[in-house]
Amino acid sequence: MLQQISLAAFTIALAIGLSVLFFYGCNILLDRLMSSDSLTDDMARQRQDNRRESIRPWIFVGPAVLILLVYLVYPVFASLWYSLLDRNADNFVGLSNYIWAFGNRTFQIAIRNNIMWLIIVPTMSTAFGLLIAYMTDRLWWGQVARTLVFLPMAISFVGASVIWKFVYDFRGVGEEQIGLLNALVVALGGEPQAWIAIPFWNNLLLMVILIWIQTGFAMVILGAAIRGVPEDTIEASIMEGANNYQIFFKIVIPQIFGTIVVVWTTITILVLKVFDIVFAMTNGQWNSNVLANFMYDQLFRAGDIGRGSAVAIVIMLAVTPVMIYNIRRARQEHQ
Amino acid sequence: MTTNKSKLPIGTIAKHATVLLLVILWTLPTLGLLVSSVRDKDQLTVSGWWTALSASDRNEVYRTPQGAAQQEIDGVFVIESSMIADGSRRIVNAWGLGPRNIDEFQAGETAILEDGSRMTVTQDARMRWESDEPFTHTRGIRVFYMAEVPPTFTLQNYAEVLSSEGIGRAFINTMTVTLPATFIPILIAAFAAYALAWMNFPGRLWILAGIVGLLVVPLQISLIPVLRMYTNLAGTFGWEAKSYAGVWLAHTGFGLPLAVYLLRNYMAGLPKEVMESARMDGASHFDVFRTIVLPLSIPALASFAIFQFLWVWNDLLVALVFLGQGEGKTVMTAQLIELLGSRGDNWEILTSGAFITMIVPLVVFISMQRYFVRGLLAGSVK
Repeated sequence: MLQQISLAAFTIALAIGLSVLFFYGCNILLDRLMSSDSLTDDMARQRQDNRRESIRPWIFVGPAVLILLVYLVYPVFASLWYSLLDRNADNFVGLSNYIWAFGNRTFQIAIRNNIMWLIIVPTMSTAFGLLIAYMTDRLWWGQVARTLVFLPMAISFVGASVIWKFVYDFRGVGEEQIGLLNALVVALGGEPQAWIAIPFWNNLLLMVILIWIQTGFAMVILGAAIRGVPEDTIEASIMEGANNYQIFFKIVIPQIFGTIVVVWTTITILVLKVFDIVFAMTNGQWNSNVLANFMYDQLFRAGDIGRGSAVAIVIMLAVTPVMIYNIRRARQEHQ
Repeated sequence: MTTNKSKLPIGTIAKHATVLLLVILWTLPTLGLLVSSVRDKDQLTVSGWWTALSASDRNEVYRTPQGAAQQEIDGVFVIESSMIADGSRRIVNAWGLGPRNIDEFQAGETAILEDGSRMTVTQDARMRWESDEPFTHTRGIRVFYMAEVPPTFTLQNYAEVLSSEGIGRAFINTMTVTLPATFIPILIAAFAAYALAWMNFPGRLWILAGIVGLLVVPLQISLIPVLRMYTNLAGTFGWEAKSYAGVWLAHTGFGLPLAVYLLRNYMAGLPKEVMESARMDGASHFDVFRTIVLPLSIPALASFAIFQFLWVWNDLLVALVFLGQGEGKTVMTAQLIELLGSRGDNWEILTSGAFITMIVPLVVFISMQRYFVRGLLAGSVK
């Protein structure tokens, strides 16, 4: 154990040390190699300085650009190419991986489930987040309440899956139920169920986990937006006799609508990539598969590079509209 | 105004009640996990965790000692012993001498046996058996009793999961993955962010737009190409295909867009005059970055550090693909998945294992919540 710990500590220190050394070394090397101190001519000095300082930005930005190219840009094109090849990426097979996918029952179910996830999770998380943010806004114990709702954000999807698998736990009829949900159902006079094995409805139970995690995120962002709503607009509406619901729906919501859209979009992108929860809870059994898990199956269980890549491209295509929109907005901002 | 006043209390109570309900709904699942992880594993499987604080009823059997254990006190032969061997506590409510009539006698009552001997069982589970004749039996008789077992809490589950279920080793592995995979992207992103905010060079705007676009690229797209690249490199140079260095760089790649984006926005907002005057005095960009910008950017660095730390610590997919399971490099999330498969019904293992994976993120999160929230706000409201 001690040996493992010291080895780990050494590895960590080495990695951190090397990366710091890299930037220091490059900058100092540049200063040495292209020093202008030995030049006497002012013009030559100036030219040398300029040349040196036109190289330096690339030392700063170079590693980031290189890593982004290798780990994100190149893979987009490589995956596109692999998706047109066969299972070992040897022969060109045209679109047959896509044709196979769209004819595959599991893929169709994954698409259906992903659409359900996309509609339900962002909507419910945003709605709950908005509700809790608004209701705790002027509560004396609001900070405590917000922290408790926010806490699941720190928990891994796998950890959250264990937590909820325990809630959904099922024991035979007549046995003492140790899962909260079944205990509740039995206490109300119902029959205990093996919840996560019920096709279609099990999807909703898996979604609950992500909603539970993401509500905190929505709540924090929307809470800040609500605090930014000018006090006088609310006061004016109170003067005119508006009740709480009217204030909320007619005054607050319109003013924070932009933020609601941002929160909704952020969660939508996250949902498209959801993998861990399905992997841990059902592994796609009982018609609960989603694209990310289906892709993992194709790649690591079936060992099919072509089909796995085709599914990855489908996920990529789904986020592309958001990507284009973001780039456009960013370019407008900076020009 | 008066109507408003009479309405107010009901509205306020409803508001408090709704918030309370929601908070309970959000907290209860985690509480269940936490409580279950410190319960005795035999109690855990037969009763819900919400009953953990109440005593459970149990029917138990005790066999009395042999006749040789007797003592003679004032002409009376006595066998006396405690029915609980392991020192745990029981409250006996009723007892009997057969399995069918377990509730024949109350605690403290004295039963007259067939041979005229007298047996008393008290509430604290002590048995006293008296006889005027010496005891000669070589096999004790059985006493059946109904007992309340007070709740017992134990750290035994944690000890077990840490040592024999591989979570202890996985904890070190997760640490080895997480710390460099948090530090390296911050370092690289800080330099890049400074260049993008304060240096002039061709292609700056293009790089910026590219980074914004890469913010939403799903990492699924990178798995196959990067894995193939690693395998090819490993084949060519004789490296290991699944290495910590590979995971660090992969996490760096996936974390960089957000890191650069957050840090650039922050650094671009720093006061221009400070930097310009330093440049006038002959400081190079490297000096300005190191001595002025970096210290000023600590809040933003902290925000991103928490993000990346939580993300890497909690990640499953990247570790699964680039580090794999087994080979001594399994991280905690992957180990937990392993346990879900192999020990799916052993909730004492799963709950304590899950809590160990959660403890570090929870501590980081609670102690640095302020920075985390600031980072969230900067990252999404733009």
